Amino acid sequence: MSSVATNKRSFFSDFKRFMPLLKNLVAKDFKIKYRRSILGVAWSVLNPLFTMLVLTIVFKVILRVKVGPGVDFATYYIVGASLWNFFSEATSTSLSSILTSGALIRKVYIPKYIFPLEKCVFALVNFSFSLVAVLAVMLIRGVYPTWATLLFPIPVIYCFIFACGLSLFLSAVTVYFRDVQHLYGVLLTMWIYLTPILYSTETLEQLAPSMQFVKYILYLNPMTHYINYFRAVVMYGVYGDLPSIEINVVCIAMSLAMLGFGALVFKKAEGKFILHL
Amino acid sequence: MINNENAVELRDIEMHFNMSSEKLQSLKEYFLKFMKRQLHFENFVAVDKVSFDIKKGDVFGIVGLNGCGKSTTLKIISGILKPTKGSVETQGVIAPLIELGAGFDMELTARENIYLNGSVLGYSKKFMDEKFDDIVEFSEMRDFLDVPMKNYSSGMVARIGFAIATVTTPDILIVDEILAVGDFLFQQKCEERINKMMQDDTTVIIVSHSIEQIERLCKHCVWLEKGKVKMIGETAEVCNAYKNTKRE
Repeated sequence: MSSVATNKRSFFSDFKRFMPLLKNLVAKDFKIKYRRSILGVAWSVLNPLFTMLVLTIVFKVILRVKVGPGVDFATYYIVGASLWNFFSEATSTSLSSILTSGALIRKVYIPKYIFPLEKCVFALVNFSFSLVAVLAVMLIRGVYPTWATLLFPIPVIYCFIFACGLSLFLSAVTVYFRDVQHLYGVLLTMWIYLTPILYSTETLEQLAPSMQFVKYILYLNPMTHYINYFRAVVMYGVYGDLPSIEINVVCIAMSLAMLGFGALVFKKAEGKFILHL
Repeated sequence: MINNENAVELRDIEMHFNMSSEKLQSLKEYFLKFMKRQLHFENFVAVDKVSFDIKKGDVFGIVGLNGCGKSTTLKIISGILKPTKGSVETQGVIAPLIELGAGFDMELTARENIYLNGSVLGYSKKFMDEKFDDIVEFSEMRDFLDVPMKNYSSGMVARIGFAIATVTTPDILIVDEILAVGDFLFQQKCEERINKMMQDDTTVIIVSHSIEQIERLCKHCVWLEKGKVKMIGETAEVCNAYKNTKRE
């Protein structure tokens, strides 16, 4: 007698049973995203490149922003932005994932965390394509990868766990309060400027004393740590400094705290999703 | 613990719904109402202290007028809804046939949807590979396999859905009004398949407004009225009593 469908469903047997669903949903999103476009998946490479071009012209050429001595702006930007784009895509698509899967949730039993998780995995797939763009820019600008570049999955995993946690939280809350969809867009805009993507943490040293609090916000912002970590390993040739154990501990703590919080809220809320869809 | 002879045990199941006169979907509204202490919900009890057992291998019918809690009870048994109070225990794999084709993505082709839907029901890719031809054969849709499903008629969608949902012999099969899909030939085919499952010791739970169908298929029946069990027992007895209900 199989225990899979009894009421005492265990998390792990469920997860194993629904792994194929996760895979199929990602494949479905992938097919639908690139269907009927001539360049198809090439867009995932071209998009970050074009955005990088525009922003480099605006911020480097016109506004003359400096990101540190001897650091190439185009590379600096695209490395940070690629991880940020992963995070922002994962969380903002997860946000409505439970709502849009309402039809399914009402009719069959599926562990509901599959939906936000799937969006995060799909964003990760897209991110892996954008790495091609990152590598291209690095080679063109002469910022060559080193052995340390191979460590890049570490910050990506940290960021992925954090994104999953936040996605669980957002997708659950959105079921109850649809405002979150609009609110989160504003929050993301604010968030991107509080993350060192178009400027560097070092340039903040020049801030007026009354504005020093911004530094603390940046320090409390997990994305600052993930992106700086990601840059430190990918552009090791420029910085020559690997993230310390302390930074690793901070990153892990932030990721796990978010995952724990998100999972807790999600678990509390999921039983009543169906009544609000 | 569930009795070994039972496939399903319901104990004092209650299901309450909030029937708020206006659905609050924005934080601001919620906050305002909360501050003004206007957050009261009208409680609606869809299922009220329902208890019954379904024996393994039984074919069990649920009858009752519209809105008496039939579908809610089915959803509680299949694990889609969590009851507000009471306990549900089930033994074995449940295949819910509640609205066929839930989980189809109309942009995808039938071939892609068969795999997607299989995984929605928790079947592995390898299993689906093995059963793929069976499904296609049963649904008689081979010629349209690579057409996006948005171009299908509703009957065609239902055929594929039924074929996928019944590809295994589940321990418990839940059938909610779905035998009304497809043309009469396909309906006969569906009934044959369900009959075959019954012989294989599958417990079948059927909700239908067609009394003839219930009388033809079921051994035992429960009659629900306004969320409560009105009568439970042999199909003939329950159905006769039910048929004598007068319009109030």
